[in-house]
Amino acid sequence: MTMPRDEAGILSEIKRGYILRLLKEGKRADGRAKDQVREATIVTNYLPRASGSAMVTMGKTRVLAGIKIETGEPFPDTPNQGVLTTNVEMLPIAFPTFESGPPNEDAIELSRVVDRGIRESKMIDLQKLVIEPAKKVWIVFIDINVLDYDGNLIDACSLGAVAALKTAIVPGAAEGDKDFPLPTNLTPISVTMVKIGDELVVDPDLEEEQIASGRLTVTTSEDGHVRAMQKGEPGFFTLEEVRKAISISSNVGKTVREKYFR
Amino acid sequence: MKQLGTESNIKLIDEKGLRIDGRSPEELRPIKIEVDVLNRADGSALIEWGGNKILAAVYGPREAYPKHNQDINKAIVKARYNMEAYSVDERKRPGPDRRSMEISKVLSEALETAIMVEQFPRAQIDVFIEVMQADAGTRIAGLTAASVALAAAGIPMRDFVAGCTAGKVDGQIVLDLCKEEDNFGQADLPIAIMPKSGRIVLLQMDGDLTVEEVEKATGMIMGAIKKIAEIQRNALLTKFSVTQTEGGE
Repeated sequence: MTMPRDEAGILSEIKRGYILRLLKEGKRADGRAKDQVREATIVTNYLPRASGSAMVTMGKTRVLAGIKIETGEPFPDTPNQGVLTTNVEMLPIAFPTFESGPPNEDAIELSRVVDRGIRESKMIDLQKLVIEPAKKVWIVFIDINVLDYDGNLIDACSLGAVAALKTAIVPGAAEGDKDFPLPTNLTPISVTMVKIGDELVVDPDLEEEQIASGRLTVTTSEDGHVRAMQKGEPGFFTLEEVRKAISISSNVGKTVREKYFR
Repeated sequence: MKQLGTESNIKLIDEKGLRIDGRSPEELRPIKIEVDVLNRADGSALIEWGGNKILAAVYGPREAYPKHNQDINKAIVKARYNMEAYSVDERKRPGPDRRSMEISKVLSEALETAIMVEQFPRAQIDVFIEVMQADAGTRIAGLTAASVALAAAGIPMRDFVAGCTAGKVDGQIVLDLCKEEDNFGQADLPIAIMPKSGRIVLLQMDGDLTVEEVEKATGMIMGAIKKIAEIQRNALLTKFSVTQTEGGE
């Protein structure tokens, strides 16, 4: 199923034709280039009581990521590692058809794709989050709330999570130690593209998402390695398009990393 | 979620370059598909792929219910991927979890791309994938079986959907990961394709791959897909082919 839509969300045929016509000339309705992401603002430490937080605005999409770090038991198969969990809530304040209640499949896919990029890039050094092996470790909870929806939640949520993690403090004092910054290594950047006609369009807004066929997210780290990929929504990509998407993600990722996480 | 790259002392590739189950890097596990194994379903298939044993069953097209789910332009495709309690080493609590919900979503989207959904407005096509025994690569094995079950149900499709995985094990790119390789490998890349056109309808990846490694892995998968599509085709032919003999008196 596609992202929920309402009357206002269903594009008129005229608008659809307009977007398609513009793209044929290599343009987008908001004036961006095909591989250009929207201007983002990131406010870290937006909520000082959280262990880490970031408010991210990407165009008209807005998400709030908060980190809580608490003690708990490690997984039995990874006794020497802290634990990471990611959850995204698509709050009903963000869009007319978003409903409260348990997360639907869209929200689950969203949080799992965000989680995968962070986990597989080994951004967080989980081995440094052990208090007592097999007994007590730090658990890093990433909770992201979608406040305003105008497309591309995967990248907005990933950006928010990464920004919040980078400023997060582990409350070590509560365990007789000192508070210390969450140990992080690489910076994963997820870049999502949709296919409209035969074009790959980076960081789609809601209107672009609604006329797209197929979505592809590629998460890379600064070493240029691919850490996670996810194709979503009905539609297909050719192998050539996947290659192109990986190269776009790597380039855009580099720009985003330099701009926001230098 | 399973932690990839977990340290282990298990050596997954030996000095001769053979894998833990004796395969070469580009060798598929044995695959067997049987068509129409269930009575009630409109179409079904049983796939045995390495240690995987997975049933796929199709019901529909039938009227979409509840009605507000109906799409006036096309059928909705609902795949449900379900792992049975005894399918894995440690008993899995029955019912959907976050992993299975995500898999169900991407499988539905992959199948919807292949099915001629525009021919069935307001309808729903249900695809049930029951993993009876899991041995890595369950989502693409289930999808491969589902595509055969859809064909057996007589649902018009643009092409089969055939899937395969590749991954990185002991630093090497290999095809069709088995369970140990999946658990202790460094990357996993499941892909499903419409074989005639080479269109990719499912793609996921987690782990750590360089761009060159992705290229190598996708190349291996593309080669294997042809073999898998052939197995799908033969399974249907075995079931549905008409043998003509000279008529007697």
